[in-house]
Amino acid sequence: MSATTERPRLAVGRIGERLPREDAVPKVTGEFSYASDLSTPGMLWGDTLRSPHAHARVVSIDVTAALGLPGIHGALTHEDVPGKKLYGLEFADQPVLAIDRVRYVGEPVALVVAEHPEQARRALEAIVVEYEPLEPVVDMERALEQEPLHPDRPTMGHGYRDDRRPNVVRHLVIRHGDPDIAGDVVVTGTYELGIQDQAFLGPESGLAIPDGEGGVDIHVATQWLHVDRDQVAPCLDLRPEQVRLHLSGVGGSFGGREDLSMQIHSALLALHTGRPVKMVYDRAESFTGHVHRHPARIRCEHRATRDGRLTSVRMQILLDGGAYASSSTAVASNAASFGLGPYRVDNALIETTAVYTNNPPCGAMRGFGAVQTCFAAEAQMDQLAAELGLDPVELRLLNALEPGDSLPTGQVIEGSLPTREVIRRAAALPVPDQETLPRDPLRLPGGTGNTTTGEGIRRGVGFALGFKNICYSEGFDDFCAARVVLHADGSAVVHSAAAEVGQGVVGVMLQVARTELGTDEVTLAPHTTATVGSAGSTSASRMTWMAAGAVRDACRAALEERERRGGGEVDVERVHRHPRTTPLDPETGQITGERAHVALAVAAMRVVVEVDVELGLTRVVWVGTAQDVGKAVNPLALEGQIEGGTAQGLGLALMEEIVTRNGAIQNASFTDYLIPTALDMPPVEIELVEVPEPDAPYGVKGVGEPPTVVSTAAIVSAMRAATGRPLTRAPVRPDDICL
Amino acid sequence: MLAHVRIDLTVNGERREGVLRGGESLLTFLRDTLELPGSKNACEQGECGSCSVLLDGTLVCSCLVLAAQAEGHDVVTVEGLARDGALHPVQQAFVDAGAVQCGFCTPGLVVAVVDLLERMPHPSDDQIREALSGNLCRCTGYAKIFDAVRLAAGRA
Repeated sequence: MSATTERPRLAVGRIGERLPREDAVPKVTGEFSYASDLSTPGMLWGDTLRSPHAHARVVSIDVTAALGLPGIHGALTHEDVPGKKLYGLEFADQPVLAIDRVRYVGEPVALVVAEHPEQARRALEAIVVEYEPLEPVVDMERALEQEPLHPDRPTMGHGYRDDRRPNVVRHLVIRHGDPDIAGDVVVTGTYELGIQDQAFLGPESGLAIPDGEGGVDIHVATQWLHVDRDQVAPCLDLRPEQVRLHLSGVGGSFGGREDLSMQIHSALLALHTGRPVKMVYDRAESFTGHVHRHPARIRCEHRATRDGRLTSVRMQILLDGGAYASSSTAVASNAASFGLGPYRVDNALIETTAVYTNNPPCGAMRGFGAVQTCFAAEAQMDQLAAELGLDPVELRLLNALEPGDSLPTGQVIEGSLPTREVIRRAAALPVPDQETLPRDPLRLPGGTGNTTTGEGIRRGVGFALGFKNICYSEGFDDFCAARVVLHADGSAVVHSAAAEVGQGVVGVMLQVARTELGTDEVTLAPHTTATVGSAGSTSASRMTWMAAGAVRDACRAALEERERRGGGEVDVERVHRHPRTTPLDPETGQITGERAHVALAVAAMRVVVEVDVELGLTRVVWVGTAQDVGKAVNPLALEGQIEGGTAQGLGLALMEEIVTRNGAIQNASFTDYLIPTALDMPPVEIELVEVPEPDAPYGVKGVGEPPTVVSTAAIVSAMRAATGRPLTRAPVRPDDICL
Repeated sequence: MLAHVRIDLTVNGERREGVLRGGESLLTFLRDTLELPGSKNACEQGECGSCSVLLDGTLVCSCLVLAAQAEGHDVVTVEGLARDGALHPVQQAFVDAGAVQCGFCTPGLVVAVVDLLERMPHPSDDQIREALSGNLCRCTGYAKIFDAVRLAAGRA
């Protein structure tokens, strides 16, 4: 059979079918092995001593007493890191273990390894660290004037604008047209967002096993095996092939596993002891052990004509990146690139600054950069509609960004972007009638905690529109490998390092392989760096596109190879690349080639809320959304992404915030950091808008992020309609909505 | 030093025994000593429900029960629901409805739904939401989990 022969029709498993997950069976029986479930004979337990200070000089670390305790097999500090002492996703600015300074509460300072986790915990208490506390930098505006936290980091490079102000991670200015051009009406606003946490349920965990020849195998829950390897190996002073990363079961990620957690630490302990070492964070340690969503302060000025056309927008976006760079540069880029929302604006000035502080490090979380700016930009659009006396949906339709229009970076939209269709489909969804009173307290704002009979309830209907990029941007060499082994009996094995974090990429790869190969007999090999090239990251809504492209290319090549050879077993690996991007000009923020972003996806959401204005409680009654998905690979999985992404946006609108005091997290538990429960989630009605993306395999787009981008904005829009309050801060607090 | 105490109990219909090394929870004992990692360790303070098991037929967070308290009692975990290689109807409904994403909350939710449907074979939507409000899920937004409960109830 060749790639061009007619394929047999399959009963199950092709692209576009509504399918249950392959891995759902082991997940419902409890057999699926997550990182925290791993164990192996002779295994020791590692633990981490963390800084109690947001900012301090480390004077001395003495591990002697810890080493003398029962069951202890070692205690390590920065002096025991054999290779590079610093690592990081974009800049190597984060110490493997603190050297002479700690920059946030929870920064790793020392490691211990013991027979039993309780012995390890006790050993941590025996380590003596002398700190000299320094004044912490905790305000993102003041950070630009205070002592630099990373004085050795260059102020420019990597295509970034030179900025000599202290504590600037990245300063990006996009100037488009004439931002000074006048409008008939002007609306201004300052918006703020708190720190959101990914709050994935599976805690960080890993198992490192020395190979007896100086190398190490690390089994871990992560989003990108190969980039973990490339950060771990230099710190261990090993060659990349001596460090093999293997994906364990991943209990959610949402961006929070892009950065390393215990990968280097567990490997250090394993190589030190010559024995397997497991590390598991508890929930409190998880809250300090991964990066968060950037808190933001966003100042906006929107100008428009009397009939509602945007003439110019100015935005000043400040993002608190916390102690280390992590993904702050990309978050800044997305905030700037998508800050205006999916609207055609010919004149704009968007200034984005990501800063270092001594707050918890912030990095990737679902929809990064675009979530924060969508909240601000959509509030501005609602305000403008009110000022002009226009319907908010009409105002959005009037200004909708469509193919042929330009982003403020000068990039002309050439792919699919059905903005008007998405707006119309979401706006056409009928909202439910208001429920009568009295009613079951479960259906009141606050549920059974509501002590009234609903006299204070006000209903509001809101609307929002949001968009963001698909795949990596700004010239990043983004690729994805897949390897296909075709056996003589017609069955096939697909090798890929694509991280399955719950989103369902394993299903996508199987659907693609079954479709291309014309057989159901396809299995996936374990995800590892050992047998296949990099898949890139499960991030930026890119994995469906990239993995589908790589598996498709490898399947087609395998069929051709078998045809050429006239049968037998074939084994081919192929690398898929999306269209090339180029960096933004560091001075003007304009594109330097055809595009800085690969493709875009847009979502609109209509929301009904009830706010009890006497008690300051909100119930989201109903959500209706239309999303631009390119091509729905598996509608069942896709709906799950939209429902789940909406829930995370609801959390940011109503309840989720990491509260800090002098840089220290005050609510590192599920008792104090609230995420939506079954009682908080309304029904979500979904319209899929399928306009194939011309550059993508099968026309697919990523779908994970747009619902999170738009839902916080849409829910708070409905709360403004209910209360008449401006509600410029997310999460909205009870005091903000008590009238 | 760590105290060592031996306990025995019934887990998934089998008599099991093991040594406690300290004041460990039933969850830790199930996972680390009895090597039944199906019950999950997401918060270990009774907020998320990922560790839900049936203790003498009552739904509990196994992280909030001391292992020593389970001495002589009957425990059913997610591993004890499938029979002769066939999924429990609630497990099958979770698969069919698309109620599983990362799956870390799934064992606890499956146990909670088994408990709900035993108490209340045909729950209303509000009864489902209330019964599952002690089980956090970060991936699904719960909609497909509600579908799974309705599917399992409808098939019974």
